[in-house]
Amino acid sequence: MTATHELPTNVNQTSEGGQELTSADVIAAGERLRELGAVLRLSENDAILAEREQVPDDETMIINMGPQHPSTHGVLRLMLELQGETVLRCKPIIGYLHTGMERTGEELSYLQGPTNVTRMDYAAPLFTELAFSLTVEKLLDIEVPERAIWIRMLMTEMNRISSHLLFMATNGMDLGAVSMMLYGWREREEALRFLQEVTGLRMNHNYIRPGGVAADLPDGWRDGVLRLLDMLPGRLAEYDTLLNQQPIFRERLQGVGAINADECLALGVTGPILRSTGYDWDLRRDMPYLAFDQVDFDVVVGSYGDCFDRYAIRLAEIHESMKIVRQCLEKMPKGDYRIQDKKVTPPPRARIDESMEALIHHFKIFTEGFKVPEGEAYVAIESPRGELGCYIVSDGSSNPYRMHVRAPSFVNLQTLPHLMHGSLVADAVAIISSVDPILGEVDR
Amino acid sequence: MTDIDAESGAADTPPENVPETLFDTLLTRSHEQLVLHPTRESYPGLLATLHAAGYHSVVDLCGVDYLTNDSRQLPAGIEPERFEVVVNLINHRERARLRLRVQVPETDAVLPSAFNLYPGTEAMERETFDMFGISFDGHPDLTRILMPEDWIGHPLRKDYDVGRIPVQFKGAPANR
Repeated sequence: MTATHELPTNVNQTSEGGQELTSADVIAAGERLRELGAVLRLSENDAILAEREQVPDDETMIINMGPQHPSTHGVLRLMLELQGETVLRCKPIIGYLHTGMERTGEELSYLQGPTNVTRMDYAAPLFTELAFSLTVEKLLDIEVPERAIWIRMLMTEMNRISSHLLFMATNGMDLGAVSMMLYGWREREEALRFLQEVTGLRMNHNYIRPGGVAADLPDGWRDGVLRLLDMLPGRLAEYDTLLNQQPIFRERLQGVGAINADECLALGVTGPILRSTGYDWDLRRDMPYLAFDQVDFDVVVGSYGDCFDRYAIRLAEIHESMKIVRQCLEKMPKGDYRIQDKKVTPPPRARIDESMEALIHHFKIFTEGFKVPEGEAYVAIESPRGELGCYIVSDGSSNPYRMHVRAPSFVNLQTLPHLMHGSLVADAVAIISSVDPILGEVDR
Repeated sequence: MTDIDAESGAADTPPENVPETLFDTLLTRSHEQLVLHPTRESYPGLLATLHAAGYHSVVDLCGVDYLTNDSRQLPAGIEPERFEVVVNLINHRERARLRLRVQVPETDAVLPSAFNLYPGTEAMERETFDMFGISFDGHPDLTRILMPEDWIGHPLRKDYDVGRIPVQFKGAPANR
């Protein structure tokens, strides 16, 4: 904000200081245009239109939405400038859930790291673990066994299904389709049951670790997968009947909060929001990691970039994930579920009883952890919300020197001012929901 | 200059002692990932070149504080400074990634903002400012984003103490 102007008293009196929306008449013209066009530069035509749009200050009202509003998915706070029911400007304010996880990551060893990062995106915890583990493995220059790769694929796709089901539920709830909320949670619980069978926990699994995964798939895991694969198509067909064929639901989403591909690229937006504009980009296909180049699946794209496209893409991605899961089921190789490198992974439990050396390695790994050579690396994967990257700088010790997570929700939130400009307050709820932010990941 | 493959292909067998360059900037490789080392002065120009060359998205921008780490490898001619700003760019068409590492001195921790070319860096630069105290010249709204407005200090700096808040369980005195 421009510091030379004296702010009106209503801004001064609040405790948040410069985070407030400054009243419109004290902002310099250039700044005002920038805010009107969200953070995008406007074309000349848009700028002329925006000039005309200027409304006197006494006709507008600034309201706070959140941080406790239920539809803001956690603790997102929006400052909205309204004229009547129309949103003129919007500013997302975040940080209410900031717990310094990147700093905590510097204090924890590489072995403890996944317990920390898994709590970032709590709807899709396995993805953050995967990004962290892949980065550490790149720094260590090790390759995990085939079976570990396929287990990771199976588990993350299961997690993608559960995350998108959660979106279906909350999106329905935000739009007043409360029965959809119940159905979504119900199916998600089924997906989580499988994750629990394998990892022992419903959420925050700490299952994918540097060197492989924590445990092999349990006996009867195929039945668990098949039960889900048999159940879901029918339930998804129900969603289709319940939502897609319902005029009220469609009316509330179609044409609301549209964005185009250029704007998405400029804002660094990834994931379903980018794909909803028709931009064909999915890291699983375009920059394959794990074994995604060996499975067959489609990348679903939209055409209008509106809330409905974002909803439909996520629904279709559940089907695609099921395709991948089915292929994992067929192609799951035999072998080890983690690398047998005594410097990275603990020895098998049975070895500890008979081998002194194994006991020493076990003790070493769990007390001081393993050392990672100096260097830096950035690895990105496709999470349900977009590109999830992890950047680690190592100084050769057993703790990361710097651990940074590129959270897709954090970047995607920047679209909110743009999506909301000119829409109604009631649509704001639909728009927040369609961006699908997870605040644990935004604030870290 | 825009042809990455030809450029890096030719650079596979560099003559002795001649540093590799890409887009007229020193190039190193870190685990097969391409890393460019622009100076603070050449950083805005390099961004403009990269934008024109098809790197349309900045996927990530973060800071690193190298106060207690003297093990990092930098190409000859790049003076190590306390702070580093790391920018990850992506070229969707060529499916290529590039990483920029810009040295930012402690005494004058300012870097030109990438906002005008890449509006998506708005929140990332604010986060870097918040966590490291690195200012971005030309950023429209450089305020704290994650920490409270009145917070003192920059938490991800290495000389920022990790504080502890005494937690009391059942009336027992906290001894940490």
